[in-house]
Amino acid sequence: MMEIMEGSHAVAEIVKRCRPQVVSAYPITPQTHIVEDLAQMVASCELDAEYITVESEFSALSACLGASAAGSRVYSATTSQGLILMAEVCFNAAGMRLPIVMTIANRSLGAPLSIWNDQQDTIALRDSGWLQFYAEDNQEIADLHMIAYKVCEDHDILLPAFVCFDGFILTHTYEPVDLPSQEEVDAYLPAFTPYHRLDAAKPLSMGMYATPDYYMEFRYEIDRAMYRARDAFIKAGREFGEQFGRDYSGLVEGYRLDDADVALIAMGSICGTVKDAVDEMRDAGKKVGLLKIRTYRPFPGPEIVEALKGVSTVAVLDKNISLGNGGAVGTEVKSALYGTGISVYDYIIALGGRDVRKRDIAAVVDLAEKGEGDMFYGLRTEVL
Amino acid sequence: MALGVGCAAPPGKARDNKTGSWRVFRPVFDPETCNRCGMCALVCPEGCVHENEEGMFEPDLDYCKGCGLCEEVCPKKSIRMEKEEK
Repeated sequence: MMEIMEGSHAVAEIVKRCRPQVVSAYPITPQTHIVEDLAQMVASCELDAEYITVESEFSALSACLGASAAGSRVYSATTSQGLILMAEVCFNAAGMRLPIVMTIANRSLGAPLSIWNDQQDTIALRDSGWLQFYAEDNQEIADLHMIAYKVCEDHDILLPAFVCFDGFILTHTYEPVDLPSQEEVDAYLPAFTPYHRLDAAKPLSMGMYATPDYYMEFRYEIDRAMYRARDAFIKAGREFGEQFGRDYSGLVEGYRLDDADVALIAMGSICGTVKDAVDEMRDAGKKVGLLKIRTYRPFPGPEIVEALKGVSTVAVLDKNISLGNGGAVGTEVKSALYGTGISVYDYIIALGGRDVRKRDIAAVVDLAEKGEGDMFYGLRTEVL
Repeated sequence: MALGVGCAAPPGKARDNKTGSWRVFRPVFDPETCNRCGMCALVCPEGCVHENEEGMFEPDLDYCKGCGLCEEVCPKKSIRMEKEEK
């Protein structure tokens, strides 16, 4: 049923319908509303789950890790400093192949302290072995949670996922969201079947140590699972489209890319602004399009190459910075397009909640056409 | 040993984990000077030095980590550590 609701509430409502058996989280702006809602749902018996209150994010994800190892479908949510505090557990959860789904309300990292949005937090955990999905709007963030559980719990995958949406820009924004009913979610998402689980009657140790003779092979197996997740996502996204009419079978999504000379590449809510800007530029006769990256991990390298055939110039919008070497998305897009002859320019933009307007997108396109890029866009040079 | 998903395994598997691969130096026992005191078997932290049918002592190289404690404790200096090339 289509309802106007806050992004955080949409996430809580869809998570409830995904029937997690254990929820553990620690409140942190701008994620708080999600876990407040879920705590209320558990307290009022709307959601039959164990809600484990903890004293830190490290404990929250540790509790989730244990619960997942014990065979439960688990859920958590965090952002920014909270996610970074979880970092050690993140790597372990992936290595132990536990299909934990965690919402990230993307936020910048300190110092300086900032509660506002960019995507530095999840990008900083790029190499942790978690799948990373980015939503453009509140409908997509709700839908991606169902897909995430389906992909993660697939026994060919068995990896955890960050399901990301931009803090405040989406978490605190009211939009129309079509939430499927409990019966519809149940029809799409079967109950969790653990690959193996902790059981006192049948002891098992997970994530034990590996000598140099074995460690590399374990890392190789995680890497292979990440590559298999490409097809698993496409399949789960297609099934979602068949059942709900919203197709997510693409790791990337093109917007007005046919005959485009210049392509913008972006992830998350900024794609909405870019689409409006593309429409205006198209009206003015400019051949511009957008390629939205939905899954940053697994990285859609071949899909990017395929989607950008015929494009001469690419402008990547990075809401993160790998200090000392440009934006993470730009770096990987350049790697994917190596040898194609396409000029790729990277723009660090919108860090720490800096607003991006349609005219900024047009300005970025102008810069890319002039061959000026690999730079911070919109710096206030007067304060430097 | 086949890899278990997520590095998971039931208990009691240390025997399957051939720690001998960690070794850099291998103990070489000299039966000519050995007085069969058994100190080497007593101090071995892996418990891998055994008395054989002839009453002589020898290490199980599948598990010997090459720590050298047997060489250290041998009163007759009849054990020497020899570098292994792999």
